[in-house]
Amino acid sequence: MKRLINRYPDRTLKLMLGALPFIIIFIAYIMASNARLEENSRDKLLPSLSSMTKAVDKLAMQPSKRSGEYLFWSDTESSLTRLGLGIGISALIGLIFGIVNGAIPYVRANLSPFITAISLVPPLAVLPILFIAFGLGELSKVVLIAIGITPFIIRDMQRNVMELPSEQMIKAQTLGASTWLIIVRVVLPQVLPRLIGALRLSLGAAWLFLIAAEAIASTDGLGYRIFLVRRYLAMDIILPYVVWITFLSFFIDYVLKTLSERLFPWFHAEDK
Amino acid sequence: MAMIEAKNLWKEYGDNVVLEQVNVKVEEGEFITVVGTSGCGKTTFLKMLLGIEQPTRGELLLDGKTFPDEPGEDRGIVFQKYSVFPHLTVLKNTMLAVEFEQAPLLGKLFGKKRQQAESEAREILQLVGLENALDRYPHELSGGMQQRLAIAQALMKKPRILLLDEPFGALDPGIRADMHELIQSLWKKTGLTIFMITHDLAEGFYLGTRLWVFDKIRLDAQNMNAYGACVTYDIPVGKTDTETFDDIDNSLDKSRKVLLN
Repeated sequence: MKRLINRYPDRTLKLMLGALPFIIIFIAYIMASNARLEENSRDKLLPSLSSMTKAVDKLAMQPSKRSGEYLFWSDTESSLTRLGLGIGISALIGLIFGIVNGAIPYVRANLSPFITAISLVPPLAVLPILFIAFGLGELSKVVLIAIGITPFIIRDMQRNVMELPSEQMIKAQTLGASTWLIIVRVVLPQVLPRLIGALRLSLGAAWLFLIAAEAIASTDGLGYRIFLVRRYLAMDIILPYVVWITFLSFFIDYVLKTLSERLFPWFHAEDK
Repeated sequence: MAMIEAKNLWKEYGDNVVLEQVNVKVEEGEFITVVGTSGCGKTTFLKMLLGIEQPTRGELLLDGKTFPDEPGEDRGIVFQKYSVFPHLTVLKNTMLAVEFEQAPLLGKLFGKKRQQAESEAREILQLVGLENALDRYPHELSGGMQQRLAIAQALMKKPRILLLDEPFGALDPGIRADMHELIQSLWKKTGLTIFMITHDLAEGFYLGTRLWVFDKIRLDAQNMNAYGACVTYDIPVGKTDTETFDDIDNSLDKSRKVLLN
């Protein structure tokens, strides 16, 4: 008998083992839901699948009576726009500051302590300031995401730049490169795949800040909806929304991963 | 006038003396192999030639002037590892030097200039035997091929001095012999001045024109770093014989043992 650490499941078994926890949770939910509904058919805590389908159908397939919008989709669109803007801005700032911080000692001496301090400010604590400064509109939500994840991205990029082998920097100099050329031809292309990695890691935090901002002050968005219907204990809406948000996160992560593998084959080959 | 001259050169880090009283002269076109125990200042000396370290006492001169204090295009380098850029194919790695020179803003060439740079790079790649691997990334190359690429890359710039820091240390013996042949023939073709650091005394005995041994003359077993190393043997390669080989080998062995204990 081989040791446990040397035994690997084959493909089918691996898939089945991976699916098992999902199936167990699903079945457990159905059973619990049935048990509660049997006792009290008006129970709202664990709604049945059919009532959840009905709720989603109402939000996603029928226009809202008040605004004529398909709420599920307009919520998704608003949230994804905010998330995309927030992450995009953070990526850009993180990339630029991360690179100059990592590559130029004078800039690093100047900015690194400041960025470290900024990164320690709890973003949700400054949310009221953002609302006061930028109003309750889109801007403050996007800014919250950016404030929340940019310091991490800058610091991660800075570390990545500094971890590039010094041999490469010296080699580039012997080939006649200026500081600028080293940044655009040696540093930038090598940290781009690492930037995608950092974005993937920040996705969870970005969603957290988005939903927090939407919950507190918003008139649409996935987070807004969840917190709105909480008042009516509408678990039949909340649960599908949570699953949908999870799916969106997973999908964005998958897209980023695939993009990175397509664009930077040399980087992912190094991993192996 | 000698191309490179060290005059009573010392290098210390605090109390730690790495090099002491190094006095050497190098003429243009020499091929110098440098051997010595690890920790005996070979690499420190190479770093001074690169410009990333400066002597603490004495002088190091290039054409009679103080050595530049940062790496430059007149001195090419091949390290044991990480000398090539992993995100560029073989051809692009080699073209890089031309692009740096001709496109100071974007670092990329287009159109005719690009084609010209490509054909220049192809020529050099043929010289080092990589003409069939143009579109491969470094991770798809063997260790020997990566070092060939690193050499081609450095040659593109037509440096006056080529610095090799244990370039073949990580290669298999068979491939190492091929690389010796390559470097020897490139040196004959280009008339470069070459410094090559090696761990392998035998390598130093038949490559190039001159062999330097860096070693500590004075050794303090209680305080390893009290005395620095200097050039203990400086011999023309043609005159090397087995007796000298054993001699050097023994003396290196002795300091190696003291250093390791």
